[in-house]
Amino acid sequence: MADLAISPEHGAAGAQDEHATSTGLPNTKIAMWVFLASECMLFGALISTYVLYRGSSQTGPYPDDVFDIPYTSVSSFVLLASSLTMVLALASAQKHDVARMRLWLLTTAMLGLTFVGGQVYEFTLFYDEGLSITTNLFGTTFYVLTGFHGVHVTVGILMLLSLVSFSAADRLPHDAAFPVEMVGLYWHFVDIVWIVIFTVVYLIPTPSPAPA
Amino acid sequence: MASLSVPASGRGLLRRPTANTGFWSWFTTVDHKKIGILYGMSAFVFFIIGGLEALLIRAQLYQPDGTLLNADQYNQIFTMHGITMIFLFVMPMSAAFFNYMIPLQIGARDVAFPRLNAYSFWVFLLGGLFLYSSPFLGGAPNGGWFGYAPNSTTDPSIGMTFYAIGLLITGIASTVGAVNLAVTVVNMRAPGMTLFRMPPFVWMGLVVQFLLVFSLPIITIALFQLLFDRRWDTAFFDPTRGGEPILWQHLFWLFGHPEVYILILPAFGIISEILPVFSRKPLFGYQFVVFSGIAIGFIGFGVWAHHMFAAGLGPVANTAFGITTAIIAIPTGIKIFNWMGTMYGGDIRFASPMLYAVGAVAMFVIGGLSGVTHAIVPSDYQQTDTYYIVAHFHYVIFGGAVFGIFAGLFYWWPKVFGRKLGEASGKVQFWLLLVGFNLAFGPMHILGLQGMIRREYTYPETLGLTFWNQMSTVGAFLIALSVLMFMVNAVRTQLKARGETIEDPWDARTLEWLTSSPPPAHNFDEIPTVHALDEFWHRKYVEDERTGRLVPAQAGASDESEPPHGGGHGSIHLPGPSYWPLVSGLGLPIMGYGVLYSWWLIGLGAVVVLVGFYGWALEPSVAEE
Amino acid sequence: MGARLTVRKQALWTLGLVALALLLSACSSEATQDTLQPVGEVAKQQKALFVPVFWVAVGVFVIVQGGILYIAIRYRHRKGRERMPRQTHGNTRLEIGWTIAPAVVLAVVMVPTVSLIWELARPPAADALNITVEGYQWWWGFSYTDDDMVTDWDRPITIADTMVVPTGREVYLSLESVGGGAQDANGDPDFQVIHSFWVPELFGKQDVVPSQTNHILFSVDEPGTYEGQCAEFCGLQHALMKLEVVALEPDDWDAWVANQQTLPPGPTDPLAKQGEELFLNPLSDGRGACTACHAVGDAGGAAAPNLTHFADPTHTCFAGCNWATEDREALAAWLEDPGAQKLGAKMPDYGLSPDEIDALVAYLYSLT
Repeated sequence: MADLAISPEHGAAGAQDEHATSTGLPNTKIAMWVFLASECMLFGALISTYVLYRGSSQTGPYPDDVFDIPYTSVSSFVLLASSLTMVLALASAQKHDVARMRLWLLTTAMLGLTFVGGQVYEFTLFYDEGLSITTNLFGTTFYVLTGFHGVHVTVGILMLLSLVSFSAADRLPHDAAFPVEMVGLYWHFVDIVWIVIFTVVYLIPTPSPAPA
Repeated sequence: MASLSVPASGRGLLRRPTANTGFWSWFTTVDHKKIGILYGMSAFVFFIIGGLEALLIRAQLYQPDGTLLNADQYNQIFTMHGITMIFLFVMPMSAAFFNYMIPLQIGARDVAFPRLNAYSFWVFLLGGLFLYSSPFLGGAPNGGWFGYAPNSTTDPSIGMTFYAIGLLITGIASTVGAVNLAVTVVNMRAPGMTLFRMPPFVWMGLVVQFLLVFSLPIITIALFQLLFDRRWDTAFFDPTRGGEPILWQHLFWLFGHPEVYILILPAFGIISEILPVFSRKPLFGYQFVVFSGIAIGFIGFGVWAHHMFAAGLGPVANTAFGITTAIIAIPTGIKIFNWMGTMYGGDIRFASPMLYAVGAVAMFVIGGLSGVTHAIVPSDYQQTDTYYIVAHFHYVIFGGAVFGIFAGLFYWWPKVFGRKLGEASGKVQFWLLLVGFNLAFGPMHILGLQGMIRREYTYPETLGLTFWNQMSTVGAFLIALSVLMFMVNAVRTQLKARGETIEDPWDARTLEWLTSSPPPAHNFDEIPTVHALDEFWHRKYVEDERTGRLVPAQAGASDESEPPHGGGHGSIHLPGPSYWPLVSGLGLPIMGYGVLYSWWLIGLGAVVVLVGFYGWALEPSVAEE
Repeated sequence: MGARLTVRKQALWTLGLVALALLLSACSSEATQDTLQPVGEVAKQQKALFVPVFWVAVGVFVIVQGGILYIAIRYRHRKGRERMPRQTHGNTRLEIGWTIAPAVVLAVVMVPTVSLIWELARPPAADALNITVEGYQWWWGFSYTDDDMVTDWDRPITIADTMVVPTGREVYLSLESVGGGAQDANGDPDFQVIHSFWVPELFGKQDVVPSQTNHILFSVDEPGTYEGQCAEFCGLQHALMKLEVVALEPDDWDAWVANQQTLPPGPTDPLAKQGEELFLNPLSDGRGACTACHAVGDAGGAAAPNLTHFADPTHTCFAGCNWATEDREALAAWLEDPGAQKLGAKMPDYGLSPDEIDALVAYLYSLT
């Protein structure tokens, strides 16, 4: 059977590296995919909760009262762009262009930070308009869903910055492309989740209950 | 013997631990075998605690209007009994077996991520300790292990907040462990071990890890929602703001049903190992046993609302879930028939592992049959929330999983510790457990059908339930006696001087028996090459050309026999011990207490987690030359 | 050969006798919440579905366990006989067979199952009696919502702890979970939680879920008293949230309705009159008022059991149906300190004196 293919990795930590793997893929890559599968279920549960409760708030503010679609579209575009810069970072790493790799990684992190900052600012606006996490079902489900996503983006930013600083301290393995690829997988996933959230929460209209 | 390198002490904030033996080495070990033992010992301690809780329950219910426990104490105790047995005993004990045996059975030196493995264990233990700190800090969880909202969101005691946080912590341990073991099985098999040459125990393990990966995130969200409702007044399950309590049930059971297969599949795997060895025949219908396990995993995600038949989902949902529940009985039955086929025509030796394995099958059949009666939806309107259900799940979890666990303990004890548990004592203990178990839980079928509800701290004399409650209590104490016997057996076994090492006491079939008992740190001097299912068996026995029957192979006849050669394939690098899994694990309960008491603690815990992860990332897992 | 047969026979006989003993004890019981002794139509249908399936399960049990026992004994290792069994790997025909056979059995069993699911979910007849069942922590309230069930003071007939129904007529229950204004000794209110309404001899349970209304449609032909209790864990005193259903024949039912629709005759003896004073007015020293939560007629609140006809013979139990109404001592003890009788009860200790208690008891017993 083809599972005797040899795929040695050098340098990256782990006793796994020096031996052939059954699938030919490195352990970390399979682990990341399995982990992302569990994350699909995590966000699936959060999004399902949001969708279930859509239109069920008994008091306002309602989505139409607070959403600023143009603003959030810009913010979404920023996050999408960060996926592009992530791809560029990986390409640079694969070409062993360490300086460019660090540049693109930093850019990705900055774009991510811009996204998160934009989200936080958006939340303060909503809060000022009377939407808190306890106000109604919309507030509860919206803030928790987007909050979980925001935490995931933040963790991603930390990982990106770690890659940059480890690279600068020469603590990355010689084959730097591999950890960059792994972080890239996570980052793209987080971006895709945002596309789903943006579509389901912001773009698909919620019927506001008729005024009492 | 291939040379073994161990990491020298490294640079960094903490000097890297180097010891592989001694008391403190247990805190820094990343060896899957030691971690397996840690899991096993911790799980057994929780088994005792959960058992004591059960004895208190049964003592309280021995007579009507019992006064041993008041309502509040009883509600905490039955809640902790469920949480302990499921999350702190059966699951970690299964993890113990998977951790110790899977790498050996697939011919690997360790799991894919050894430090992550240690992390899983410490986080589990810390989560369990966190949960058990609750009675000292205001009250243990008291809303049932299933925590239905809005009762769980509104109960004034602090207990259910501990529940949410504690299970979030143990959930992290299980998720991380599941990723680790899944990658190990998928990616670290010995050369020649295709998926369909894996032992059935490894297959069941693989299915369990995927069940965990897909089901745990759902309860994670449910627990966060519960926590936020309790701690920060969100509206998830608040009917006054439009929240729907049924959402909790859906999320909980979407996890909860796969969870019961997580509980039983390891035992199914153990049974599938033991029956062939002690019948001296291969597992009958190996592919069907494997496929039915996979089928159970998939269909298991499609039956969750059978826990909610009386919740008012409507006839369409009840019909659909009734049908899927009936369907899942089919792959389960297939396994049972294949186990019978394994024993049929065999040369069966009833050593303790075999007694337990057959006992597990027999008890599971009873639980499975009562389960089928629950699928009769309108009849379930009478059965649900009664002791009839309590009987069912104890027959499958205790009768199936726990008997299976005892089978595994007796079977693999010599592998792990180099000595066999006392056989005579083991047999007596088995029969005592069988009698006690059936006396404790058999009558509960009757009690349920005669109107005894679940989760009640007392019942009146007039309901006519007294006699069978008394029988059940007697049975519970017989179980306790049996478990005590087991503990005495274990202690006496370990205390006596180890005689000659027994390499292959049961004449077994799988690779873990290829190496010494207990195995060296690196498991195999040389990774074996696998040519067949039951590889080890085929190295011992070959087909006689004349008669077609199996005869013992000549020593050295096979090219791939395993005397350790010297040197040969270069040095073996084993991952070195590490503090970081424990350090980063400690951050989680700190954050947990922070949620209860102070934002500063949340911050501190997060810092500990981050420092732990950075230390971990910067520390190479293997030796620095 | 002879020895083996004896062991196997012995084993099977023992199993059989045990099973018989269990079954017999299950049938001849004094249990008053026995699903195996149904009286109501729904409970009878549910048992009628369960029993055949149970026997099928017993059949499977005998075959499988018998098979295991037989195999275990027949193929056990005999000392001194070393043999290597044939290394059979499987048999595809058998696999197909034992996949299809259980599937067929299950399919057959599911047909009447699905049929009864839909039968039980049917809408009520036009002349069904409508009752709203209200679940509180930890007692049951019943409100008769039909137009012809309105009292002289323009409210639906409302009672607690015992639900009275006519025989021979469909009754349609609407299950509501109610949180109320009542509070326990710690000030924790009566929360709106999930309960489950169950009277085993009449019908299987349905949950009482906040934010939705579940229904039970049932009828009972035999007059009598049937016991039930809450069957979904609902907090501290889940175990003490019980009820009784009293089924009355048509004449008795009409009389009952008529009585419920009018106010009870006022108390006649002086002690009872004192009790009425205490009940209807705020208690001295700012201790509170009974009518903050309880109602008699149009005076009072709805957060606690309605007491209008407390002493009617059909109102057999009180306080979550844990004590008999006619048990004077129990009633006095309850009034003296509810929390001591039922830990966490949502009725405070009003610090009533023995005289006050005597008066209130006399008043309550006058509410026929």
